[in-house]
Amino acid sequence: MNRTEPLIFELSQPGRGATAQYPAAAASGIPETFHRRRRPPLPEVSELQAVRHYTRLSQLNFGIDTHFYPLGSCTMKYNPRVCNSLAMLPGFLGRHPLAPDATGQGMLGCLFELQEMLRHVTGMASVSLTPMAGAQGEFAGVAMIRAYHRARGDTARNEIIVPDAAHGTNPATATMCGMKVREIASLPDGDVDLAALDAALSPATAGIMLTNPSTLGVFERRIVEIAKKVHAAGGLLYYDGANLNAILGKVRPGDMGFDVIHMNLHKTFSTPHGGGGPGSGAVGVGKRLLPYRPVPVVAQDGDRYRWLDERDLPESIGRLSGFMGNTGVLLRAWVYMRILGAAGMRRVAEYSTLNANYLLARLTEAGFDAAYPGRRASHEFIITLKRTARETGVTAMDFAKRLLDHGYHAPTTYFPLLVPECLLIEPTETETREELDGFVDALAAIRREAANDAATVKAAPHTMPVRRLDDVRAARQLDVAWKPASP
Amino acid sequence: MPYIPHTAEDVRAMLDRIGVDAIESLFDEIPRALRVEELAGVPAALSEMEVSRLAAARADQDGRRLNFIGAGAYEHHIPAPVWALATRGEIYSAYTPYQAEASQGTLQMMYEFQSMIAGLTAMDVANASLYDGASALAEACLMAVRAHRRSKSARILMPSTVNPVWRRVAGVITEGQGLVLEPVPYDPARGVIDATVLERFQGQDLTAIVIQQPNYFGQLEDAEALTRFARANGALVIAAVNPVSLALLTPPGEWGEGGADIACGDAQPFGVPLSSGGPYVGFMACRMEHVRQMPGRIAGRTVDLDGKNGYTLTLQAREQHIRRGKATSNICTNQGLLMTAATIHLALLGPAGLERVAGACAARTRELVASLTALPGVRAAFAGPRFHEAVLQFGRPVAPLLEALAAAGIVGGHDLSRDYPELGHALLVCATETRTAEDIEHYARTLARLT
Amino acid sequence: MSDIPDDLRYTKSHEWVRTLPDGSVEIGITDHAQQSLGDLVFVEVPEAGRVLAAGDGCAIVESVKAASDVYSPLGGEVIAGNAQLASQPELINQDPYGQGWILRLKPSGRAADVPLDAAGYAAEIATGS
Repeated sequence: MNRTEPLIFELSQPGRGATAQYPAAAASGIPETFHRRRRPPLPEVSELQAVRHYTRLSQLNFGIDTHFYPLGSCTMKYNPRVCNSLAMLPGFLGRHPLAPDATGQGMLGCLFELQEMLRHVTGMASVSLTPMAGAQGEFAGVAMIRAYHRARGDTARNEIIVPDAAHGTNPATATMCGMKVREIASLPDGDVDLAALDAALSPATAGIMLTNPSTLGVFERRIVEIAKKVHAAGGLLYYDGANLNAILGKVRPGDMGFDVIHMNLHKTFSTPHGGGGPGSGAVGVGKRLLPYRPVPVVAQDGDRYRWLDERDLPESIGRLSGFMGNTGVLLRAWVYMRILGAAGMRRVAEYSTLNANYLLARLTEAGFDAAYPGRRASHEFIITLKRTARETGVTAMDFAKRLLDHGYHAPTTYFPLLVPECLLIEPTETETREELDGFVDALAAIRREAANDAATVKAAPHTMPVRRLDDVRAARQLDVAWKPASP
Repeated sequence: MPYIPHTAEDVRAMLDRIGVDAIESLFDEIPRALRVEELAGVPAALSEMEVSRLAAARADQDGRRLNFIGAGAYEHHIPAPVWALATRGEIYSAYTPYQAEASQGTLQMMYEFQSMIAGLTAMDVANASLYDGASALAEACLMAVRAHRRSKSARILMPSTVNPVWRRVAGVITEGQGLVLEPVPYDPARGVIDATVLERFQGQDLTAIVIQQPNYFGQLEDAEALTRFARANGALVIAAVNPVSLALLTPPGEWGEGGADIACGDAQPFGVPLSSGGPYVGFMACRMEHVRQMPGRIAGRTVDLDGKNGYTLTLQAREQHIRRGKATSNICTNQGLLMTAATIHLALLGPAGLERVAGACAARTRELVASLTALPGVRAAFAGPRFHEAVLQFGRPVAPLLEALAAAGIVGGHDLSRDYPELGHALLVCATETRTAEDIEHYARTLARLT
Repeated sequence: MSDIPDDLRYTKSHEWVRTLPDGSVEIGITDHAQQSLGDLVFVEVPEAGRVLAAGDGCAIVESVKAASDVYSPLGGEVIAGNAQLASQPELINQDPYGQGWILRLKPSGRAADVPLDAAGYAAEIATGS
């Protein structure tokens, strides 16, 4: 079976087109001097050719709808179809963002309810929905911390403390905000090293960024103590919501002492990942940061809703997007939360944790090594294949590739960087026990194969549209855009 | 239990395997005092049927009005295949293509999108999208500072003809890194950058100049002359462009001598619905020499072990998951789903279809301006060529007019009095190919009745 | 086993230094460093004339999966960066102590002050790995 598809440009024939999509021809009236000399090199294909091409391309992908996708720290759970169909109702899709608020009361009502639900489920004082992705939520959070210190005249605070296990966005965000990054070590059991924290805290501390449960798949048990220390040193606490799924409705970042959080609605609240976006990184703040929320924020005035902007929040850090963020994503999250309700929120944490701990127990029984044995898994956990790699030369990457042949998307590999030859596995609450059992069997089979026939594992995958790709060539001989043959 | 498949028997068997008696025991590492027992403030669950009814009622409440606003978001016809394809589960429910062998569909679509954007802008390379146009401009400013090593000032000329919200966003996002975004006034007669004002910057250390084409007022800047000015003064050129207009207008890669250095904008007009503001899809393209300073994901074509063509993410060492605090940006995602929609949209329209769309936009806007300025007290603020937007000036405040129009089912334009008080009672209007002659006449008649 | 020539000085951060006959020094990364980075795909070298303090980041080496800063073992003024690395980053993989040199410096200090000799560096990487 040939499972490659030519480029759309290679299907093109001059003069062909999906003409049902064309408007009637009209003269632009724009003076010649502004005209481009040559038509842009876009493909010329029939409607059927385009439909078939993109259908075939889609078939080269794994998605949640087709495969178990236990990608750690990404929360690849079922994206209910109804969330999409309701967010795409014509009344929601057709409204221009700058149309008067009176014409968007339905949409604003949904967004206001979403703000409220997110506020309650996280224990924060207020929520702004505007950041367009987790990384923008982080940016907003650190910018608010900066604004808070500045407003108090506390201008020497220019350091953000980040544990070494943190996702790379944390230090990247701190740098974007003009902060210096101070990394602190984790203990062998995965918790933050409090002595290292004490040593890092100083009058220069602006704040600390923490993920809890951490990217090591364990809950930071001394979070209250950490919060006390950071606050005592004059810093604020930032909660990276990457792993909120693990604790949804069971324990709230606001109660742990965090001053500002971001949530990844595309993880915890099941909006689609879409092949890498759109995300949505709503932020929640405690009382101290209320004045600095990014605008706009939805407010309720009697029975009407309206956007609050710079005039209502003059100390806001400002705007992060051309309009108000990813409304369509927010509507999907609203549908999801309304269907789950309060009890359903808690079940997300309960069953994702049940699935993770079950999978960990089964893998441990099957002889795999937990990176943090003796700790409870959160909604995800790490196994290390260091032993297998040493004995057979088969690495975590080889396991990942071979899993594809077994019909499973690979877990996250080589993250966090602290654990050698690691797989970070997050099954989510929407998977059945049978699916998890099948995954354990596949990993066990690969390990047996690694011992008997390492070459087959190292050359995997064998059943995908392509075999392993030459990444070095991709970077050295950069080919990132198709160009027409020179005339 | 919505979306949770566990039977009572499953739960029992799984807990046995773990060796605990209840799910609650799995949370025993969380300090007791922190745990919450119930979630006040979150309503009880609804069935799919109930939430569908509620959502439909709210969507109907917002209804559909005849739209004449652009200002950064544009209503265009979206071919039926675009979303039928983009919402296929294999696209909709996939993640970032970290496992390239199981993501060739997404990766090839990224490559096709990059190729289309590079072709439209006549730049060497493009990334696989950014969040939206405003944040893309902010990233372009940061990128220019990284790319232009000889310039030490981090000073970027940001003319007042650039979308004011985009300017504000650029200010917020670049503030932490000490960029100086310097305003440049416009020529009040033509609504374009006043070239004589630029002379005052001659010989100074400038990192870059931003040129929006068509500009926020819909007017066409003299991008040729502005680019030549930048070249002569050692500044980079950041083009912020409407991608539909590029079917007709000189692309940034061919401006002046040698073209722009970075081109960015919002590809929302390609298949992405207005949807009250998002999600949209920012794009960025640049000259090859700057590619390592470009933020965001990039797919590259390479070969597999058998020498067969395939696609993979490339230049990842620029990104936060490897470079951490030294990354080009903290960006992780692109706007994958919207990028896919834009790619399919462009494949369907092709060069001929897109040229017709652009031509129709310009023609409809001409008709709209003619109809409205025929009314007493309404005049066009600026002379000179424009694309598909125009600034109209009224003899009285436009806010009440807009409210009355909205009540009559017309979204009549965007009030400029806050961002451009010097223009008086000014309204930014737009007509795309989706507005008919009857729509325009209906708008003019309704306005006549209200004024 | 990685190659560690006897006639060079080394740092713990895996740079090497060679004193040239005219008193200038040549700096690169060690064989051990290039092996752990893997196939290099990009190298950024400093421009001539740049003045560095000892310990300053002076170059960036990138493989597909990692990017690493190169720190100048000595202070001084850059005489030249290795321009060939722009199109052939693999020279560092192929010949880390020869054609894969990264920069030449007019040093303000003495090469002898760079902390490790070959034996010291060998001991360093033995304990490190």
